[in-house]
Amino acid sequence: MALDIYAEEMISHYEHPHNKGKLEKPDIMLHENNPVCGDEMTVYCRIENGILKEVSFDGEGCAISVGTASMLTDFAKGKSLEEIERMDFNTIKELIGIDPGPARVKCATLALKTLKGCAFLYQHKDIDIATKEL
Amino acid sequence: MLEVNKVRKDFPILDVMYDGKRITYLDSAATSQKPVQVIDRVSEYYRNYNSNIHRGIYKISEKATEEYISSKEKAAKLINSGSYSEIVYTKNATDAINLVAASWGNKNIGKGDHILITEMEHHSNIVPWQMLAERKGAVLDYVSVDKSTYTLDEQSLEMGLENNPKIFAFTHTSNVLGTINDAKRLTKMAHKAGAAVLLDGAQSVPHMKVDVNEIGADFIAFSSHKMLGPAGIGVLRAGRDVLEKMDPLITGGDMILSVEKHKSTWNSLPWKFEAGTPNVEGGIGFGAAIDYLNMIGLDDIRRHEIELTKYAIESLEGEKGLHIYGPDRLDIKGGIVSFSIDRAHPHDIATIFDSFGIAIRAGHHCAMPLVKSVLELPAVARMSFYLYNDEEEVDQAVQAIKKVKEIFHVG
Repeated sequence: MALDIYAEEMISHYEHPHNKGKLEKPDIMLHENNPVCGDEMTVYCRIENGILKEVSFDGEGCAISVGTASMLTDFAKGKSLEEIERMDFNTIKELIGIDPGPARVKCATLALKTLKGCAFLYQHKDIDIATKEL
Repeated sequence: MLEVNKVRKDFPILDVMYDGKRITYLDSAATSQKPVQVIDRVSEYYRNYNSNIHRGIYKISEKATEEYISSKEKAAKLINSGSYSEIVYTKNATDAINLVAASWGNKNIGKGDHILITEMEHHSNIVPWQMLAERKGAVLDYVSVDKSTYTLDEQSLEMGLENNPKIFAFTHTSNVLGTINDAKRLTKMAHKAGAAVLLDGAQSVPHMKVDVNEIGADFIAFSSHKMLGPAGIGVLRAGRDVLEKMDPLITGGDMILSVEKHKSTWNSLPWKFEAGTPNVEGGIGFGAAIDYLNMIGLDDIRRHEIELTKYAIESLEGEKGLHIYGPDRLDIKGGIVSFSIDRAHPHDIATIFDSFGIAIRAGHHCAMPLVKSVLELPAVARMSFYLYNDEEEVDQAVQAIKKVKEIFHVG
């Protein structure tokens, strides 16, 4: 993979992330972490009629986790919860334009995992999220 | 003098090409590479005398038993312990510490007793004591780390010992800071306060002469895989008197003298603690690793690592945005250089190093209380050296650091 993942776009999103910070009165929020590297991520969502109206993320992490969170939240805004639930690793690869490789896949998918968790929790408040693989 | 070019020839992995590049391996604090002498000894066992040890009344089992026991004799001699009966083989240092916390701890720690550890411990020397404290209603205290010197805080140490802890468990060399604690002095102080001592030697025994007799620690734990040997084998060393009083943790075959329907008696030391078929090839390979370390000489290895660490620190001096965590004094520092670079997360640093073919580690290094609470960082990057590393590899690391700074617009 060499250093292609650190394209200027990724670094720019890392240095000036979009949608970063806490969202007031979110309809749903979820915190996830990546215990191996210590990345922390909270995603906040405001949802109207099944559409992700507002989304933000907060936390601490590497360029890849923060950069992808910035790009993903831009991309996901305005999408339906069904569309979000269908997103997967390919969505991330298309967004960042590269396969991050096995060592960094967890960094690159932390925001997606958290966002999908929000979508799931919002629709299935009665199901224990720990039982579901997102 | 250690001849690093000659040493490097013994390590086949250093010649393997990945994406057209040789590996620059700067992660020996995580695990060490293996010389051909170790690889061959393990392979020879599989090829020529693979068999179960003890009770086999035939030649190859006798040979395997002999080699396995001989590796324990080598381990005992390496740390100047008494007979091999004081060398209990475990899976690794973690397993050895867990054995002490569970077996010795269950018997000797009671409600309200104090257990003393330090803020620079690896999780393997924290969590077993946390669980023991929870089981017994004991109190777990920490000696703090002085952030200006990256050494143990003297006042905090004295305060910790004033509680007359039952045991003081501390690392000989910190896997993050490289700080080498004065094990002999700390042991003396602990004994004076009535505490038993467990020394975590995982990062010291592979890199310098460690004399348990001189230090006087009651327990020492270390791992074969960090000292050129196979993984899955480690040592708990304690005096016969201590081991005799400890109950076995894992029971079954090989650790008994006799089994009746409702009671059993234990085998002699060290076998009492080694139930089931042991890691025979691990033990034999470990013996080969100790032979190799003796051939090169641990004093020369230590000198080589000091020189390399000095060279690394001097090469990085004045590098803007770069911070190194660990003592300045090289006489109390192992071959470990932990660092951070402004604006670049350690994981990104490691990925960029990887693009140069350099293996380093990034994260909390299984020392979360140290990294998060003392250094107040989410993670750090770490280079660690061993006998096969040379200055050229340090130069490559310096180039990688310059690349990190370029990508993240630092300096």
